Amino acid sequence: MIEFRKEFFANERDDDLNEIGKPTRRQDILGHVTGRSPFFDDHQFDGLLHLRCVRSPHHHARIRRVDASQAEKMPGVVRVLTGKDVPANLNTLLSLLDFGIDDEPILSDKKVAYRGEPVAAVIAATEAQARAAVKAVRVDWEVLPHVLDVEEAIKPGAPKVLDIYPNNKFVYHGKYDHQKLRFGDVEAAFASADHIVEGRYQMSPIEQAPIETCGAIAAPEQNGRYVCYTSTQALFFSLGTAAKVLQTPSSKLHFVGGTVGGGFGGKVDSIHEPLAILGAMLTGRPVKYAWDREEEMQVGAPRGAERWYIKDAVNRDGRITARKFIGYFDSGAYTRLSSYAIIKGVGHLPGPYTIPNVYADVYCVYTNRTPATAMRGFGITGVDFAIETHMDKVAETVGLNPIELRILNSYRDGDMKAHRREAKNCALVECCQVVAEKAGVTLSAEAKAATSMTGGGGERARIPNYTATDQNGRVEGFDTGSYARKGGGTSPVSASAPPNPQPARAPQPASPPPSAKTPEQAPPRSGPPPQPPGARPAASRSGAMRFSSLAGFRRR
Amino acid sequence: MAKKPVNFTLNGDARAAFAEDGQNLLEFLRRGVGDMSPKYGCGQGTCGACTVMIDGETQLSCLVLAEAVDGKEVRTASGLPSPALDPLQVAFMENFAAQCGYCTPGMLVSARALLDRNPRPSREEVIEAISGNLCRCTGYETIIQAILAVAEGRVRA
Repeated sequence: MIEFRKEFFANERDDDLNEIGKPTRRQDILGHVTGRSPFFDDHQFDGLLHLRCVRSPHHHARIRRVDASQAEKMPGVVRVLTGKDVPANLNTLLSLLDFGIDDEPILSDKKVAYRGEPVAAVIAATEAQARAAVKAVRVDWEVLPHVLDVEEAIKPGAPKVLDIYPNNKFVYHGKYDHQKLRFGDVEAAFASADHIVEGRYQMSPIEQAPIETCGAIAAPEQNGRYVCYTSTQALFFSLGTAAKVLQTPSSKLHFVGGTVGGGFGGKVDSIHEPLAILGAMLTGRPVKYAWDREEEMQVGAPRGAERWYIKDAVNRDGRITARKFIGYFDSGAYTRLSSYAIIKGVGHLPGPYTIPNVYADVYCVYTNRTPATAMRGFGITGVDFAIETHMDKVAETVGLNPIELRILNSYRDGDMKAHRREAKNCALVECCQVVAEKAGVTLSAEAKAATSMTGGGGERARIPNYTATDQNGRVEGFDTGSYARKGGGTSPVSASAPPNPQPARAPQPASPPPSAKTPEQAPPRSGPPPQPPGARPAASRSGAMRFSSLAGFRRR
Repeated sequence: MAKKPVNFTLNGDARAAFAEDGQNLLEFLRRGVGDMSPKYGCGQGTCGACTVMIDGETQLSCLVLAEAVDGKEVRTASGLPSPALDPLQVAFMENFAAQCGYCTPGMLVSARALLDRNPRPSREEVIEAISGNLCRCTGYETIIQAILAVAEGRVRA
């Protein structure tokens, strides 16, 4: 039951809303209750082929050889794809926003960095035939040492998960191996504190577990176009990713989505669309690529694990004067969205509390675990768990009721936040008061009288006169302006940078529909040629720059 | 790899189709017969998205061989309106008992089977009846409320 407390902030509201506070019907509900909502797998195609991946049984291994000769002869098998069939077999999801270096093969051909990583894809007439043929693909592995813990992964000598990022840490802004937050001087505050409260907090990965597993069906359309029905929860993200990976103009791709059988963040990674379309391009037939439940759980990217160390300086009265974070996000084997999750998370520190000195070093760490991705408030929920558990620990230390401690330290309107933005429309004090009332907790007269609208600003609105800064974690050799490789590779310039592996070749459509095995003889693609290595991107970067303030590239 | 003819009743209509060797009822209904309302969620009988009624009993169609329904009556969510919407469908709409909608057909079949054998179930009986149907969106409460609304005669269809 929703309860509206209209007495709060009444003068900030008109209360003339048409929808909020009243029951409403979803626009798609009739389709849902009649079983007619068109999920991607509800579209029928004659001659549908099924694609399934050959996956690594190892956490970390070099691929010496992939032998599909037996599999190709098996009943129903139309084609076996490997990395060399993928036009641009390296991508990072956020490259569409110019954030991060391409790090993840679509079908890995040199090494695998997590268990379940795909190294080949079998396309067959039935799912059972595809499964049988997957088992017949022989991969010659050279097993490598692996690392599954974030703090083990950043120790000297740890197995190297990715070649491009030093010491298994993502590089932020081309400068640092972690995302920094510096506000005031925490060490000075620790030196004069009545109490120091320290804690270590950890969250495991969480699978989104949608009831509909992720998947896509692609089929040739007329005029050299391909239609793709997909479970994606980010249709244009998937479209852009497919266009990049397939080196095909997005105008050739007709994406149909919007009916998603549960996403929760697990359907943004655009894994299925490129391979399903590639299969349709190379066979001329409709191709379905969908995970079964086991794959959804094993290789579907979860919310990543996080580990946080928090240290607070606390006055005897419960006022927190400094908070220091050291955070480790477990990105798994590839970046996906973890780099961005940290940007978001650090902007959220130190939680909804006015603390005059804040420090954070947050690392995006690569391990040989399943890559992590989005899930419901990712980047925030993990550290919020740490912060709020820590608040209880602080309350216990100073002998205050935990609700009272939160009211004492809450943002008030007009306060300066650690990322140097003014706090507005605060409401935590009022929420705490209602929680206390519901829980039967008696608050002090002072806490009862507190409001978010009073007591803020003034001295609390100031950016500290002195902020301690440092060059810790400085990384050399990365381009600070743009992560974009754009077919050319502008960064990193370090010696360990891998050569650009992209063949400048698109899979060949399809007019007239090709037979199953013709792509090698197909004519060159008609799109613009890829840029020569080393070229700066010529296209306007307005889209990337618009988002770049998010990533902190824009000078303030 | 012989195909087997299957004669059965689907939502009151006599149907005949060939089942592939070893094909499960879920695939048979979806690919062979064209009823897309049962959904694949796990393929191992844990999620309930493929729930159908066979001769009035709820069954997980991913675990039933297609040929096993020869001569039997199968009901799915797409057959619930007859022809007007089933009160359960109306109640699900009114109570916001579906978000993504993927578990909904299986959930409705379980709820219909419950009300057919027990028109006035308690809350506990409702919870028991849908305990084999996983939903990741709603948290179940709105679904329980929708089913109880029908049981208590608060929904007109």
